[in-house]
Amino acid sequence: MPVQSNPNKCISCGGCVSVCPANALELRGSDIVVDTERCIDCETCMKFCPVNALRKKQQEKGLIYPMENEE
Amino acid sequence: MTNNPLEFKENYDVIIVGAGPGGSIAARDCAERGLETLVIEKRQELGTPVRCGEGLGEAWMDIAGLEYDPTWCVKEIKGAIVFPPNEKSLKMPTENKGYIVERKIFEKRLAEQAGRKGAKYLLKTRVKHAIKEDGKVKGVVAVDDEGQEKEYRAKIVIAADGVESPTAKSIGINTVNKLIDIESGYEYEMTNINVDPEDTEYINIWIGNEIAPGGYIWAFYKSNDTANVGIGVNSVMKEKTAKEYLDEWITNNPQYFENAVITEKKGGAVPIGKPIEQPYENGFMIIGDAAHMVNPIHGGGMGIAMESARIAAKVAAEAIKQEDYSKEFLSKFAEEWWETRGKQLLEVQKVRKFVETLSDKEFNKLREILDAEGVLELTEASDFSKFLKIFKKSPKIAMKAVKAFK
Repeated sequence: MPVQSNPNKCISCGGCVSVCPANALELRGSDIVVDTERCIDCETCMKFCPVNALRKKQQEKGLIYPMENEE
Repeated sequence: MTNNPLEFKENYDVIIVGAGPGGSIAARDCAERGLETLVIEKRQELGTPVRCGEGLGEAWMDIAGLEYDPTWCVKEIKGAIVFPPNEKSLKMPTENKGYIVERKIFEKRLAEQAGRKGAKYLLKTRVKHAIKEDGKVKGVVAVDDEGQEKEYRAKIVIAADGVESPTAKSIGINTVNKLIDIESGYEYEMTNINVDPEDTEYINIWIGNEIAPGGYIWAFYKSNDTANVGIGVNSVMKEKTAKEYLDEWITNNPQYFENAVITEKKGGAVPIGKPIEQPYENGFMIIGDAAHMVNPIHGGGMGIAMESARIAAKVAAEAIKQEDYSKEFLSKFAEEWWETRGKQLLEVQKVRKFVETLSDKEFNKLREILDAEGVLELTEASDFSKFLKIFKKSPKIAMKAVKAFK
């Protein structure tokens, strides 16, 4: 699953963008935007993050990407 | 040429992407040389968020052509105090004084200088990608604060867009940092710190693998009780987040921080790997963090970025005068930069590789066998043979040094 950024934790440092080998991340305003098509699931950004703001997108009710067809 | 600050032309001599210290120094120098210069900055306010330890040596100010300004040179610094793991601190006064900089104000002052010389600033505008035609960079596509996509064209584009370096990536130059080559950083600005006022005249550095693997913790004082307190750790060597290391250290040092108040939270990434070997293309140059031009031992990048900016601006002006924006011509920028700074940084890189191998016990040993001058010289990578001699007192350290200094 591609990563997602938690804007509550993110300090907009851009380091994850700089290490992403797939050019899948972008710092837009103060938020990290993930291009889920490009993300190759390598977790490099997660290993860098100084505040643990990145995590794998969960297969559950997401905060950022709510699941469709949820009963 | 329109002088309305709200109106921007479509064609310039030079477009600079990013209004950090590198970008604005490049803009100032280009404008001063009579070049029509546009700076495009994605942030809505220069200087924020701060992603910087905020220390700057006076020598760098000379290189950058900057004079002392009390609005951003907030505290004069006489040297460094290093605390090895056993806490037997080493005070290192230096003749080369420096300043702790209020970065938020610093960036604005630099932009003001550039603006007075005639450079235009377009804020809250995000460069989407560079325009490349017939193998040449011809400008950029940017999205403004209305969400409008617009083309801005120039003879030369200078990418000063920081560690993320998106503009270079957009034309296929690989500026991705390997995880091993990037420091993960986190910082607080804190006030009401309990510290000996004399110590605040030095940058305070704590080293050790327990507290900051592959990096260090710092306190850079802006006044007698207010400091930028931060950490950089190697992204591969760390076992928890930079923030967790820093929080733990602050908690374990109540003698300083018991009654302190946090007034800012910030962080950053410091590229400490090798600089980009060819930071140029047809019609294109990359400066500062975007080209990984940073001192790998302490992570300082402002001075180096401004120096690279001056070289880039000079070469841009020559290129425009001669109407030659080819990569062959612009390679002069890289040539001069590597000669002026790059080669030295590669030597410093070796010192970093050496220091990264040291255990806490060895850091303490190093503290015993090196005096203040020795530590300074070592970090400047001035004379390896001398250190190999000194390190003979500790065969383990000597072996590691021989390997790293090759």
